[in-house]
Amino acid sequence: MRLVRLAEATAPPVLALLATVVAFALFLLAAGADPLQAYGLIYLGAFGTWFSWQNTLVRAAPLLLTALGMALPAQIGLIVIGAEGGFVAGGVAAIAAGLPLAALGLPAIFVLTGMALAGMATGAALVAACGALRHWRGVNETISSLLIAYISIAVCDQLVEGAMRDPASLNKPSTRSLPDALMLGTIPGTNIHLGLVLGLVFCVLAYVFVFHTTWGFAARVVGANARAGRLVGLPVGRLILIVTALAGMATGLAGMVEVAAVQGAASADLAVGYGYTGILVAFLARQNPLAVIPVAVLMGGLEASGGLLEQRLQLPDATITVLRGLLFIMLLASETLQGKLRLKLRPRAPRAAPEPVRPAQAGGA
Amino acid sequence: MTSGSGFSRRAVLAGLGVGAAGLAADGLVAPAARAAGKTVVGFIYVGTANDYGYNQAHAEGAAAVRKMPGVTVLEQARVPETVAVQNTMDGMINLDGASILFPTSFGYFDPFVLRLAKSKPKVQFLHAGGLWKEGEPLNAHSYFGFISQAVYTAGIVAGHMSKSKKLGFIAAKPIPQVLRNINAFTLGAQSVDPSITTTVVFTGDWFLPVREAEAANSLADQGADVLTCHVDSPKVVMETAEKRGIFCTGYHTNQAVLAPKAYLTGAEWNWTGLYPRLVGDLIAGKTLPNMIRGGFREGFVRNSAYNAIVPEAARKQADAVREQFMAGSFAVFKGPLKDNKGNTVIGAGTTVDEFDLVLEQMNYLVAGVIGSTG
Repeated sequence: MRLVRLAEATAPPVLALLATVVAFALFLLAAGADPLQAYGLIYLGAFGTWFSWQNTLVRAAPLLLTALGMALPAQIGLIVIGAEGGFVAGGVAAIAAGLPLAALGLPAIFVLTGMALAGMATGAALVAACGALRHWRGVNETISSLLIAYISIAVCDQLVEGAMRDPASLNKPSTRSLPDALMLGTIPGTNIHLGLVLGLVFCVLAYVFVFHTTWGFAARVVGANARAGRLVGLPVGRLILIVTALAGMATGLAGMVEVAAVQGAASADLAVGYGYTGILVAFLARQNPLAVIPVAVLMGGLEASGGLLEQRLQLPDATITVLRGLLFIMLLASETLQGKLRLKLRPRAPRAAPEPVRPAQAGGA
Repeated sequence: MTSGSGFSRRAVLAGLGVGAAGLAADGLVAPAARAAGKTVVGFIYVGTANDYGYNQAHAEGAAAVRKMPGVTVLEQARVPETVAVQNTMDGMINLDGASILFPTSFGYFDPFVLRLAKSKPKVQFLHAGGLWKEGEPLNAHSYFGFISQAVYTAGIVAGHMSKSKKLGFIAAKPIPQVLRNINAFTLGAQSVDPSITTTVVFTGDWFLPVREAEAANSLADQGADVLTCHVDSPKVVMETAEKRGIFCTGYHTNQAVLAPKAYLTGAEWNWTGLYPRLVGDLIAGKTLPNMIRGGFREGFVRNSAYNAIVPEAARKQADAVREQFMAGSFAVFKGPLKDNKGNTVIGAGTTVDEFDLVLEQMNYLVAGVIGSTG
C-alpha cells in the first residue's frame, strides 16, 4: 500500500520529466540538432565519466542547501523565495567573521566553525524576519522574502565594494581573501569540496526534522491548515519562526561554503543565482528535503552538461535554460495531476482517516 | 570511461528517456578532434557571445582562431565567475582534450584559473584582464589592451561632433580600468575644445540594460549630445542615442549596425588580430610572456570605421593621434593634469607610459568630468 502511494506521489513528476524530454527533443529538432546525440552528450557531461560526476556534484552542492531554503518553509505553508539573499548575506557574514578569526591565528576548524555560525545566523535572521512579518504583521512572505533578498544583496554589494573592500582588489572589488590553509577542503581523492557533505547532512537532518519529530509534525499540521493548528493549541508563531530560521540557516551556510570552499573572498559574484535555482530544485523535489538530493544532482548535471551541447553541437548557450524552463513548466502543470492520479491497484474507497493530532505532544507548548 | 559510481549507464539513460538509444558514451569522450591530432582551443565567456559588446569581441577573436588550420575551437557562453568556470575549463581539458584555454572574463582569474593552472601544467591559460603577478603559475598568462588609447581617439571625434559641449558616459563601476576610459574620453574631447565636460553615470554592474537605458535617456535630457559607455553590452546605449537623435561612440566591438545614424566611431578590442597570433605562437612551440599587454602599436586595439557624417577635420586629428600612438610617441596621461576636485594628479613635465602600473590604480576623474568615484 505504501508503495502504491509512493508511486502515485511520484508519478506526476516522472510524467513531467518524460514530457520535458519529448518537448526538448522537439526543440532540438527545430534547432537542427539530433536529440539522441544531444541526450547522449547531456548524459556524458553530467554522469558519463568520473570527471563529469565530480563536476555535477560540485554544482549540486550549493543547491542542496538553497533548496532547503524553500522546502522547509513550504512544510508550514509558506512560499519563501528569498534564498538568494540568505546565500549572499551568509557569505558576506562568513568572511566578515572569518577574516578576524584568521587574523587571531586560530586553527582552521575554529575559523570555519565561526564562519559557518556567522553565515547561518545571518541567513536565519533574514528568513525568520519574513516568517515573523507574515505571522505578526500579515505581510505576504513570498513578496517580503524576495524584497529582503534584493535589499540584502544590494547591502552586501555595497559592503564588499565599500567598507569591506580589499584596497588591493583594484578592478574586481572584493573583500580580502581567506588564507588558502584555512579554506574548506575537498573530499579526499576528488575535486568536490566538503560543502557537498554539509548539504547532504542538512538534507537528511531536515528530513528527520520534518517527518520524524514532533516539531516537524506540528509544522506540517500548521502547513496543512493553520486555523486547525491554532485550534488544537499549536504555537503557530513560534513554529513559523523556527522553520523559517532553519531554512535561513541552510541558505546562509550555502553562502558560507561558497566563500570558504570556492571563492575565498566575498564579491558581487556571490549573487549568481544559486538561491533562485534552489527554488526550482525544491519544486521539482515536491518540497521533500530528501528528494532535494537527487533533484539537485540532476540539476547540477544539467548545468555541467550545458557546455557540451554548446561546444559539440553548436547549440546556443540558452539551450540548457530552455530545458530548465520546460522542466519547470511541465512540473507546475503536473502538480494539477497530484491526487487525481489513481493507480488501479488501489480501491477507490475513501482515503485513510487523517492521523489524529495530539496537541499535548505536538509543539511541546 | 571510468565510472566510480554505483549507477549503471543504462539506468541513467533510461531515467533520461533515452533508454534504448544505445549511445556509446565512450565514443563521445574521445572527440574526433583529438584523434586527428588537432590543437583544441577553448573560449569561455561570461555573457552571451552576441551581446554586441565585451563577449562578442572575444567571440570574434575565437572565430578568427577557428579559421586557422589544425585548430578546433570550443566555445561556452554565460559561465559565471564561480567554480562553474573552473569546471568548464576542466571539462574542456578532460572531455575534449583542450590544450589552450581563453577564459575571457576578469573574475575568472583569481582563484579559478590560478587553481586549475597549478594542477594542469601542460595546458596554457590565456586570461583577459592583465592580472598575472610574479610567483603565479607560468602556464597562466594574462593579457590586456590599452583600449583607453582607442577611447581617446573616439573622444576626439566626439569633441568635434558635440554642439552642446556636453558628453555622457555610462559606466559600470568606478574601478581603475573604467576610470581610465572615462578620463581618456574626456581628455580626447578636450583636446578639441577644453571647455567640454563629460557627465558620468555609474550603473553599479556590468550588465543592467534597463538602468543603462534610463541613464542614457537622462543624459540626453540633460543636454549631452554624444554618449559612450563602459559596460559589457553597449547595445541599449547605442540604440537609445539613435532613438534620441544624438551621437554615440561604441565600445568593445563595432555597434554601427545598431545605430547607423548616431554611431560616429568606437573603441574596439582587436582580438581578431591578437588571438590567432597567440595561438600560432603556442602551436609553434614558443613561450609566451605571462603578462601580455599593448595598445595600437602592438595591435591590441582599434577604432571602428568613421560614420560618413564625421567631418574631415575630426578624421584628420584622430588619425594623426592614432599614428602617434602607433609610433609610440603619444601618451594619454601627462602632466599637468588635475582631477575634478582640483588636486594635481600628474605633475607638469611628467608623462605616464601606458605600461606604467600606476595607471592600473587610477582612482580619480580628471577635471571636466562631472561625477564622483565614490
